[in-house]
Amino acid sequence: MSHPFKRTQTRPGEWIAEWSIRLVASVSIIVIFLIFVFVFREAATLFTSKADTPASAATSGEAASASDLEPETYGDADTSMMATTASDEPDVYNPDVQDPTAEAGEPGAPGQFIYKSKNPKYPEIYNPDTGILPEDIDDETAEVASSDTVKVEPILSRLAGDTWQPVGENPKFGILPLITGTLKTTIIAILIGAPLGILAALYVAFFARRRVREIVKPAIELLAGFPSVVIGFFCLVTVASFIQDATGISYRLNAIVGGIGLSLAVIPIVFSIAEDALSAVPKTLREASLALGSTEWQTAYRVMLPAAAPGVFAAVLLGIGRAFGETMIAIMATGNAPLTSLSPFEPARTVAATIGSEMGEVVWGSEHYGVLFFMGVLLFVFSFGLNAVTELYVKKRLIKKFQGR
Amino acid sequence: MAKEYPVKIEAHNFNFHYGAKQALFNINLSIPERRVTAFIGPSGCGKSTFLRSMNRMNDLIDGTRVDGHMTIDGVDVYSKDVDVVTLRRRVGMVFQKSIPFPKSIYENITYGLTLNDKVTKTELDHIVESSLRKSALWEEVKDRLHHSAQGLSGGQQQRLCIARAVAINPEILLMDEPCSALDPISTGKVEELITELKDSYTIVLVTHNMQQAGRVSDYTGFFLMGSLIEFDRTRTLFTSPAKKETEDYITGRFG
Repeated sequence: MSHPFKRTQTRPGEWIAEWSIRLVASVSIIVIFLIFVFVFREAATLFTSKADTPASAATSGEAASASDLEPETYGDADTSMMATTASDEPDVYNPDVQDPTAEAGEPGAPGQFIYKSKNPKYPEIYNPDTGILPEDIDDETAEVASSDTVKVEPILSRLAGDTWQPVGENPKFGILPLITGTLKTTIIAILIGAPLGILAALYVAFFARRRVREIVKPAIELLAGFPSVVIGFFCLVTVASFIQDATGISYRLNAIVGGIGLSLAVIPIVFSIAEDALSAVPKTLREASLALGSTEWQTAYRVMLPAAAPGVFAAVLLGIGRAFGETMIAIMATGNAPLTSLSPFEPARTVAATIGSEMGEVVWGSEHYGVLFFMGVLLFVFSFGLNAVTELYVKKRLIKKFQGR
Repeated sequence: MAKEYPVKIEAHNFNFHYGAKQALFNINLSIPERRVTAFIGPSGCGKSTFLRSMNRMNDLIDGTRVDGHMTIDGVDVYSKDVDVVTLRRRVGMVFQKSIPFPKSIYENITYGLTLNDKVTKTELDHIVESSLRKSALWEEVKDRLHHSAQGLSGGQQQRLCIARAVAINPEILLMDEPCSALDPISTGKVEELITELKDSYTIVLVTHNMQQAGRVSDYTGFFLMGSLIEFDRTRTLFTSPAKKETEDYITGRFG
């Protein structure tokens, strides 16, 4: 059987290239998927862990899990926050020590226990006058645990609280202040960043002379690759002082300063995507509009911008994503105080900044840890929802409104 | 030449440069009012450049330079005190590629009108209808005025572009190869339209298609290598050209 189309040569190189592309692509998709799975799984411990440890209020939960860990972890996680000098003498109350009673039995130097002044609960357990530790530390833990069991509420209603105080014997995981903080800074960042980015894109795409465009465009795009810690530092040192001098706000670091900092991260993103979208509009459209006797500005505003509307909208959306996901600028420039306040002149603390600054110190598997992951899930769900709504609903209406389709 | 009709556009020793490259050499020409004037010639001969010089569309290209004079109603369009926007409102233009704005049919036509003036809704409706009627598109689109113009066929889009240009009521209509992307039936409609519009507008037409120039124009100019070789009544130019180059071109010896 011989015909002119008979397969005579094999192409092993192409076969290998094709299959390696498939392999690499599937691996990267699986990795992305696994990230989601992991984040959701860690957040889920928050809701499931109640079954294993009924009194899952942080102190007992952390102490219980911490007892399996290194002494350093224990000291870092909780006690160093409770009592600063206590970490100097971790042995005194470390439950991991081989023979706790032997050490606990001897009276500690009175000045070493800050417990008595800092913590309202301990004076009842310790003797504040002698400063002597109770004989049995396990009893103490159990006692605290049992007293917490009474107070424990469903985790969701505790998350809805308005106090974020994740450490202490009675930690409060109200994420409301973090959400208002995120909203505040994101809205400020977008209100500043989106118009500036879009106007800069319009300028570069239509008004700037070629020489200017060749300088301005890469300069702004360079800002997109700027380390956010540098922007944060700039805001912390320069912008904050400037804003305070100009307005006399009592808080040096506040949501406005944070929003300005975030907008510096948002502008290059909005700019470069909007500029691409505007440049992709056919030049002939611009000529047609100008030939009808419109000015450059009318052309840009009434023809080019609507024609590029979906792209410009996507640019703003990515800007929003960057603003609420940005961590380092938010840590450095917002003041980081978890206040439930809508005032832009007060400090704010964003969800991302909270995860970024607390994840390094949290006890693995504790409730605090679960809450941080839960907030990670919130960020993910929010950005996912934002994109979905845009894709399914807003974009269609936008196109209909601006392009008459 | 062209003495029978009042002169609308006049070029006098007109030169045009794209940077270092000179595209037009000493063009002298008078275009009569309310007639169709066609420019023919091979690609790159400068006929489109000359057309675009009339409403200063070439200003949009970096590094261009003109000298000599281009006058419309005796006013030099390149003098310093000319407002380009006003000029372009009086000198409408239709391009080779039909480029409706990404808006509805209705908005495409009202776009030029609503730029500077306040126009009432009734007036707009009226102008939309009359310009669509003038461009022979009314019957086809009257039921979907608020649908996207990009859903129209190529020929309809081009007539929409003509309607859009006509809506702002210019005195001169420049057409840069308006039929080169159209099928013969659409071309026929556009040509019919040109013949109808010439009673009200001075039309200048650039075309690759010599038959088209012969069919619709009253005067024809032949461009070659940036120079105007010959300009005369269409019939004269096509039947007894004065220059050898013109004869070679129209008889198909080159080009």
